Amino acid sequence: MSIHTPPADWLKPPKGAERFWVGLALLWCLVMFVAMPYWYFYGKQNSTGESYRVTPGDFAQRVMQFVATNKVGEDKGVPIVEPAPGSDVYLQAQMWMWTPILKLRKGQTYRLHISSLDLQHGFSLQPINMNFQILPGYDHVLTLTPTSSGEFSIVCNEFCGIGHHLMTGRMIVVE
Amino acid sequence: MEPKDPDKKHALQRLMDNPWILLVLGVVIPTLSYTVWGWIELLMLPAAKLP
Amino acid sequence: MTTTTTDGEIPIDVARDVSGNHPQGMVRACDTTDLPVCLTSQRFIKLHAVIAVVFLLIGGIGAVLLALTRWPAVHLLPADWYYRILTLHGLDMLIVMILNFEIAILYFAGPILLNSRLFSAKLAWACFGLMLAGTLMFNIAILSGTSDVLMTSYVPLRASPWFYLGLIVFSVGALIGVINFFGTIYIAHRDHTYEGSVPLVVFGATAAAIIAVATLLHAAVVMIPTFLWSVGMVDSIDPSWYRMTWWGLGHMSQQVNVCAMVSVWYLLATFTTGAKPLSQSVCRGAFVLYILFINLASAHHLLVDPGVGATWKIWNTGYAMYLAVLASLIHGFTVPAAVEVAMRKKGHTRGLFSWLTAAPWSNPGFSGFFLSLLIFGFGGGITGVVLGTQQINIMAHNTLRIPGHFHVTVVGGTTLAFMALTYYVVPLIFQREFYARTLCRIQPWLFGGGITLMAIGMSFAGSYGVPRRHWDVEFTGALFATGFDSGAHVMLGLLGVGGIIAFAGLLLFILLVVATVFFGRSNAGHAMQAWHQEKYVAEQIRQESVREEGDHHTPGTITLALVFLACFVVYYFANWKWLADVWHVR
Repeated sequence: MSIHTPPADWLKPPKGAERFWVGLALLWCLVMFVAMPYWYFYGKQNSTGESYRVTPGDFAQRVMQFVATNKVGEDKGVPIVEPAPGSDVYLQAQMWMWTPILKLRKGQTYRLHISSLDLQHGFSLQPINMNFQILPGYDHVLTLTPTSSGEFSIVCNEFCGIGHHLMTGRMIVVE
Repeated sequence: MEPKDPDKKHALQRLMDNPWILLVLGVVIPTLSYTVWGWIELLMLPAAKLP
Repeated sequence: MTTTTTDGEIPIDVARDVSGNHPQGMVRACDTTDLPVCLTSQRFIKLHAVIAVVFLLIGGIGAVLLALTRWPAVHLLPADWYYRILTLHGLDMLIVMILNFEIAILYFAGPILLNSRLFSAKLAWACFGLMLAGTLMFNIAILSGTSDVLMTSYVPLRASPWFYLGLIVFSVGALIGVINFFGTIYIAHRDHTYEGSVPLVVFGATAAAIIAVATLLHAAVVMIPTFLWSVGMVDSIDPSWYRMTWWGLGHMSQQVNVCAMVSVWYLLATFTTGAKPLSQSVCRGAFVLYILFINLASAHHLLVDPGVGATWKIWNTGYAMYLAVLASLIHGFTVPAAVEVAMRKKGHTRGLFSWLTAAPWSNPGFSGFFLSLLIFGFGGGITGVVLGTQQINIMAHNTLRIPGHFHVTVVGGTTLAFMALTYYVVPLIFQREFYARTLCRIQPWLFGGGITLMAIGMSFAGSYGVPRRHWDVEFTGALFATGFDSGAHVMLGLLGVGGIIAFAGLLLFILLVVATVFFGRSNAGHAMQAWHQEKYVAEQIRQESVREEGDHHTPGTITLALVFLACFVVYYFANWKWLADVWHVR
């Protein structure tokens, strides 16, 4: 009874079409639930949230070191770096730019450390369309393997003030 | 179903008829599973090594 | 003849045989439904409904300005006003408008459906006053330009202290309103104003109220320290702690909306077709699953965050094995099933769907409710579960797919259902007959259609990677030029067009309601004018009270449900396939 009180013995198991639907829906729910741990173990795209506490100052310093060691060029004042495959690479987000420009090799795995020097930012790699949250005080580590080559854009997709929509970066992947 | 003693409600029905227990469960369960567990994950985060 | 209530003495209510606890003269029998309307509660339903409609208009004007800005060909607002209006729109719709509607629903579901007086008029005034004061505080803070932080106000972004204080004051007010509801439940039970278990709609409202308590507690825990930080008394707020706790407020409040919407579906199903839930166990069980598990899914905002691990993410975003999703799947079946049984009983038994085609679609209370169900189910439910799948979120986080999803759920779903309800609230509570009834009949279609188009535009643009909360999709003046496929631009145009149509539907609703409340013909003393050939609502309701065994013959609804499930399965696996093409990441 939607607006009237129900009969005293209303607790009864479902029957007929309702019972069929509840069973089918439950089955689908369990399938969807199992899919996530399945993909965690067997799938190639995951967000484990691997991260460490860091101060923005320490992170910025590490980035400078990384750039000094691996710099191969520059574009519009932003250094281009080509790190060794399998190594730890660093990317810093700040209002309103991404530093440095990473030049990576297709099929190689890198440990990408991303952090912010000021506000929250959104790492959105286009046109691949991979998106991760970047927080100040957190070194967010992505174990990343580019599976396609070419020119890529980094767009910030977390509001970070009036220059938010100007915050773009570059990433290059060579064969 | 056979007619039951009207005072003897099924335990599940008694639970569902009790808004106070539901209130406690409805606040405690998500707070533990989402909020408190989440805060603990954050607290246990290690410091960066920055290799 | 009623006598004054003292402890132990239960007066007989004039309206019904069931004894109530109303003080003398503080209740009237509804001329349409025979329900006993507590006059105190009625006053507060009106007050909160008025505020809700005022802020629906404000939020709606904001909405169309935003839609015309995201449409690149128009790009209406300048950047600072875009982010400012975005802040205003989010808060005024998702917090102010919708919570005011829901507090009004609690004033109906508690006192009126339980034949009880309201627990406390003083608490009701406190609730109303605090909610309004808080609303003014943060609205002024936003419009003054000191709080361009968006609804989520993610730390370290800092707003004016009035912004946070306003939200705190509002939340305290809302919590008081919820306490008043629980107080009413308590005295209704104590004073034996009803027999046995509460009606289903009351149970659903209770579920909403329980979730609201969890929501408002999280609001206090996150906003109080953040307010203190904004005035310099706290050094810093950890951004990850803030996100985690804020989404306790942010998403749990949406779950209040889901519960309230579903309760309204059951109510409108009864009012418009005399439908009766087939199985109390199943419906109530589903609400219990909501109570226990739906709030876990606040985690779906943190799926690609640092700080929290995969186990926490998967368990919580999965609503504990999707049991809360099971609840939605259940309601998505039981509501139309009840309508089908009611319509078949009236003689519409031909084929699979004559019960649906013969349903009272010209009744805006029905069309709004049923459209809300379809839009929420097919649009919102499917996209929501998919976007909230832990790994699939990598492709979706902070893209326009997210607003695409939540505009179908909370606007096409909840808001449209509340609009449908208003087509009864105005005649029954305000006791006025609607003007321009033909326009009323088309309004839900205009609004529902517009929102659906807009959300499709958003979702497809988001699939191209277009970010949400972003002023310029062409990135003019950015250091490194970039952009999106022309297909994305077409979709943003669809967003704009859909937004305009939805705004027209919203404006129409507001004009109809305001004109009627102020100038409509009073119907006090006799039943409301029926929207359709339905027999008077009272007769539908009397039908509903007959406690016979429910019929379970629902082939039409089963067919719809299976079609829905097929869409779900296809969309779900398609998204996994798209994910597999993305770079490898861990």
